[in-house]
Amino acid sequence: MFSPAKFITAAGFFHNSAVHVALAIGGSAAVVSAIVGVFTVLRAQSFAGHALADISSAGGSAALLFGLPPLVGFLAMAMLAASGMEVVGSRQIRERDLVSGVVLGAGLGVTALFLYLDVSMTTASNAANMVMFGSMFTMAPETMIPALWVAVLALAMCVLLYRPLLLIAIDPDIAAIRGLNVRLIGLLYLLTLSIAVALSAMTIGAILSTALLIGPAATAIRWSRRPGSAMVIASVIAISATWGGIFLAYASFYWTPNHGWPVSFFIVAIIFLAYLASGRTTALARLRRAMAG
Amino acid sequence: MFSDFMINTWTVASLVAVTAGLVGFFTVIRGASFAAHTIPLSTFPGAAAAVLLGVNQVWGLIVAAGLSVIGINALSRRGQPDVATAMTLVMMLGLGTLCLSQIGQYSQQVYALLFGQVFGISRASITPVAVIDILAAGALLMLFRPLLLSSLSTDLLQTRYLTATRLDLAFLIILAMASAVALPVVGALLVFSLMVGPASAARNITSRPVIAMGVTVLISLLTVWTAIVLSYVTNWPVGFFVGGFGALAYGAGRGVMRIRRWKPSPIS
Amino acid sequence: MLSVDSLSVGFPGNQVLQDVNFHLPQGSFCGLIGTNGSGKTTLLRTILGLLRPDKGKVETGDGGIGYVPQKIQLDPFMPLRARDVVALGIDGHRLGVPLPSPSRRRAVDSMLAEVGAAEFANRRVGDLSGGQQQRIMIAHALVRRPRLLLLDEPLANLDIRSVAEVIALLHKLVVEQKITVLVSAHDMNPLLPVMNQIVYLAQGRSVSGSVEEVVRSSVLSSLYGYHIDVIQVHGRVLVVAAVGAEPRTTEMAHGPVHVTSIP
Repeated sequence: MFSPAKFITAAGFFHNSAVHVALAIGGSAAVVSAIVGVFTVLRAQSFAGHALADISSAGGSAALLFGLPPLVGFLAMAMLAASGMEVVGSRQIRERDLVSGVVLGAGLGVTALFLYLDVSMTTASNAANMVMFGSMFTMAPETMIPALWVAVLALAMCVLLYRPLLLIAIDPDIAAIRGLNVRLIGLLYLLTLSIAVALSAMTIGAILSTALLIGPAATAIRWSRRPGSAMVIASVIAISATWGGIFLAYASFYWTPNHGWPVSFFIVAIIFLAYLASGRTTALARLRRAMAG
Repeated sequence: MFSDFMINTWTVASLVAVTAGLVGFFTVIRGASFAAHTIPLSTFPGAAAAVLLGVNQVWGLIVAAGLSVIGINALSRRGQPDVATAMTLVMMLGLGTLCLSQIGQYSQQVYALLFGQVFGISRASITPVAVIDILAAGALLMLFRPLLLSSLSTDLLQTRYLTATRLDLAFLIILAMASAVALPVVGALLVFSLMVGPASAARNITSRPVIAMGVTVLISLLTVWTAIVLSYVTNWPVGFFVGGFGALAYGAGRGVMRIRRWKPSPIS
Repeated sequence: MLSVDSLSVGFPGNQVLQDVNFHLPQGSFCGLIGTNGSGKTTLLRTILGLLRPDKGKVETGDGGIGYVPQKIQLDPFMPLRARDVVALGIDGHRLGVPLPSPSRRRAVDSMLAEVGAAEFANRRVGDLSGGQQQRIMIAHALVRRPRLLLLDEPLANLDIRSVAEVIALLHKLVVEQKITVLVSAHDMNPLLPVMNQIVYLAQGRSVSGSVEEVVRSSVLSSLYGYHIDVIQVHGRVLVVAAVGAEPRTTEMAHGPVHVTSIP
């Protein structure tokens, strides 16, 4: 009989240093993404969030080429793109999305170039896969400490920006009247978002990090009415999905011995199921209310 | 550059450029950039799944394109549309990475499907691309006026059959068809770049909708042709040039707009 | 003409309109007055056939309905001239790319002249002022010559001069072409000089008739279910909940005085 508890100890799940690094960096990426994600969903900026993550892949691939730590590459590119979007920025959603799209097209073009150069000039033949779909189990242990520090910085920014961001999400004009510098706060928010996407791009991959950013937040917002508790719920979902995904991916080496299942798949699947389940619960609640009324 | 095997590249790339330009015009005026990004990208797992199951790649692509349209459409009914699009995208990509991991030959496949391999297109792939692209372009031209009208306000369309929701769905299906055939030849990124860059410039050059659509197609063709030439010369990926030109086109469009609006200030 | 007969419309868990009745003869200029959330847009969308009523029926007579919706997305980047918007009113639902047609061009030109928009016909619609855009949307709605025109909050977000211009234009259309016009607004005062009918919506129910018949303390008090004062100041009307009256809805529970018409 299959016993998870026995399996974990037997397979040395908790004694594997790659797993330790994955749990630590993955966990911090999950928490930061979930909390920043609540603002992203409230501001209806899913596309900008996704675009930043995708573009950060240009930095990740450049880092491989120049032999820099991946975190530096992802982070620098995401911040550059965030500043670019803010400079061109527009308050109209249509135009904002278009700007995100154009910057994204250019950014992915640069990624294509760097990946091509990675493959032709270095030994990183696995570059496209690592950058786009993450490298959870191959992260260097020495990235752990800087990654945690960056995560702490992002969380501090969230605490600092909490009320202004909510006010702006409700109405930018009111926020401006109250003396807030809406553009500056917008830029700071985008920079925080950059940290979140860079962390999760490094772990679950540039094009999948959107799952951690949007999924838990969107689910939590359906379950909770207050932004504060939504952030807590989102963090719990994100961290459960990430750690659950790491565990399942580790276990999957025993299902299909030759090629294990990717961590990113499990994380995305868990988040997606939670999102679907949240829709179901609100639908149920509505039905109950309709029957009671 | 115009040898036999390059003829296929020129033909297919031009077909893709025309259709992507047409789709792009409506993408931009309807504010559907995220969908235009999501659908080509979430079509790519189809190719991987087809390899895994041993069926023809075309079927895999069509099924994946269909699933992503259904996903966006169904999830949008219950929540924020941008969240629905994002969730569809990541789920499809998640499935894609799973399929790819089971195939092996991982990275090159990922690279080709995301960023395209315009050189070395077989003659056999021209026909399906041509057929689907002509169908998609035809459908878009047929829906020209309703699409334009409903982008002003969804309430303006008051006919029984062409409701705003059906029109949204039709547009996504056309987008998906065009993406599915273009993807294996030019890659998801290139399709998407062509859907936002040229149109974002064309809309600022003229105020007439039909002409703006024509200009979009023209810029799209020029972008692709120049990118192929540069890619051939430098050996760099074609997606890099297409993406770059898209950003340049957008910037140029904003510049034109500024000049058009510029009024000399009165001398005081 | 427009007849609305014991109309009820609702969404699951939310009854928006309850037993709404009114009749407008051809050539009426009617204001549909109510606060935000009173069901004005729902009523207009039901008349248009975009929403299905739970009960009751709507008769609109022959000749089609013109409609100016509340939220129009006219961003400055839209490659669309004012005349293109009006032309879409003729054949926007048709399939295919529009081919040049002299008859359509004539129809568009004469419509643009009627609403006084000829001089900015070739400008980009997103570049026009709010009042000019509203003229273009009215031309769009009228270019197929409907006998009934519905406008959803056309005066919101307009400056005072544009409000006067749009009202004068609508009045001219009613007088010259005997069109029936139903305009929704949260403030009745700008419409007072021109409207000859009023439909007052509150809490999903309605009263209708001439302005003198409806805008009275006794009528509105029974509509709202608590005492309402109607105050006239310099020819303007203020509708206020009397001090001490107990508002029943949470929306109005924030203060003792509720003003629906702000001068």
